[in-house]
Amino acid sequence: MKFSNSTKEVFNEAGEIAFFTGRFFKELFSPRFEGREFLKQCYIVGYKSLPLIGLTGFIMGLVLTIQVRPTLIEYGVQARIPAMMGLSFVREIGPVLSALIFAGKIGSSIGAELGSMRVTEQIDSMDVSGTNPFKFLVVTRVLAATCMLPVLTSLSDAIGIFGSYIAFNMRDSMTLRLFVSEVFHYLKFADVMPAYIKTYFFGFAVGIIGCYKGYYTRLGTAGVGRAANSAVVVSSVLIFLLDLMVVQITDLIGIG
Amino acid sequence: MAEDPAFHAKEGDNVIVVEGVKKSFAGNEVLKGFDFVLHKGETLVILGRSGSGKSVLIKCIIGLMKPDAGTINVLGNNILELSIGDMDKLRMRVGFLFQSNALYDSMTIRENLEFPMRRHLRHLTADEVNERVVAALTDVGLAKTIDLMPSELSGGMQKRVALARTLILQPEIILYDEPTTGLDPITGMEISDLIVEIQEKYQTSSIVISHDMKCVERTADRIDVLLNGICYAEGTYDELKASTDPYIKQYFD
Ligand SMILES: Nc1ncnc2c1ncn2[C@@H]1O[C@H](COP(=O)(O)OP(=O)(O)OP(=O)(O)O)[C@@H](O)[C@H]1O
Ligand SMILES: [Mg+2]
Repeated sequence: MKFSNSTKEVFNEAGEIAFFTGRFFKELFSPRFEGREFLKQCYIVGYKSLPLIGLTGFIMGLVLTIQVRPTLIEYGVQARIPAMMGLSFVREIGPVLSALIFAGKIGSSIGAELGSMRVTEQIDSMDVSGTNPFKFLVVTRVLAATCMLPVLTSLSDAIGIFGSYIAFNMRDSMTLRLFVSEVFHYLKFADVMPAYIKTYFFGFAVGIIGCYKGYYTRLGTAGVGRAANSAVVVSSVLIFLLDLMVVQITDLIGIG
Repeated sequence: MAEDPAFHAKEGDNVIVVEGVKKSFAGNEVLKGFDFVLHKGETLVILGRSGSGKSVLIKCIIGLMKPDAGTINVLGNNILELSIGDMDKLRMRVGFLFQSNALYDSMTIRENLEFPMRRHLRHLTADEVNERVVAALTDVGLAKTIDLMPSELSGGMQKRVALARTLILQPEIILYDEPTTGLDPITGMEISDLIVEIQEKYQTSSIVISHDMKCVERTADRIDVLLNGICYAEGTYDELKASTDPYIKQYFD
């Protein structure tokens, strides 16, 4: 069997990322956790992406509701808009949309930050001063991304459903209270749980890819731009692949 | 481990012994068996052209790169066989001034200087840490910049802050990678003076990498010339200056 060079590169990189992930878990469980840096990163990661994730969630809720309304009216089921929007937001739109925005915002900034620290020898400098740069930079950032994306996604879900409520009330009228209780009436635990769990995987993917690309940046400042760029591309593709896998798994074991 | 007598066992007058170090990158053989010795309390200058592998050599000594062959002995420890923990302890005793300064640009000057201490000197109180930071900055004449960011400083000031950060753990050996390159002659001379002052004040042993002859003249007790990956010549500044070798003469013209 013959592989082209680019196929080989993909497998090569996948192997390196797997190795990098292995190192992450090894360093995660060895002593001296960098707690302060972790909290700082949580704050930065959450604070930086909240406005963007909130805004896109809101617009998505608004626009989708306006778009599906005519079709639902045709079947006479426009009263089901809250149920439908709630389900699609919590199960799919919220997690994937937030994760993609997160990849664009946080994946690229982690890639660029670590990349420029690498090319200006700041990472070597940490090594020389006896601080393990992998623990200080990589472990904290990956964990922060993993912990913050689920929080951001929940907020995005809520804001998106609120956007849907506003769009609904442009033509029909329903109190917010009724709208929300309709949403929750049709949401089951089996809808929420897999969707919530997958956001952890998405966050982890964005963090680990951003760190991997930044940590191994080469070729000077030009490499920094490339690291940031490919961090976004690779983690976005990975988000869709993970999404596909989660759907298959939950389908197989019969939840959702 | 620093308290362990075995740690000092082989430590004599030679604080660094490098033997037969080879290093190549993708077929490009940069070091071809380099040998040298650094004696206690002296300043050794390694002279060599751009791209001759001076930075590679010094990075091998501090363990940032692994040589392909040869041995490196620092303060009685074969650094190629040290565990990560022991290497960290050894690094506390060896300061490294990067050619590019490598200041953490997302941290203030104060945080930059505190960084090496957060790991090695955990027992210090906040006041003691602050005292050390101020003392180190005062040593290099920049006490006023303590709350600025590195990007707000000029190149020469950044170099001095980087030097202060190197000094903060009071290392026994300091490795300077081109401390004066890219600075004007006056600032370069100030840095050279600082290197000599530090040597006299703390009795450190140092390696200075340079091709700035003013700096070499001011700081060197002894000079090793690195050419084609080996130690081409050795001697004091005056000895080399009197040399008739055409390659060495070029430096002094
Ligand atoms: N990480 C690396 N990967 C590949 N080649 C490298 C690497 N580091 C250094 N080299 C090569 O090793 C050679 C020596 O580089 P080095 O940085 O040691 O030069 P130098 O003597 O410090 O020069 P300068 O005075 O310009 O700093 C160069 O040819 C460089 O291309
Ligand atoms: Mg160099």
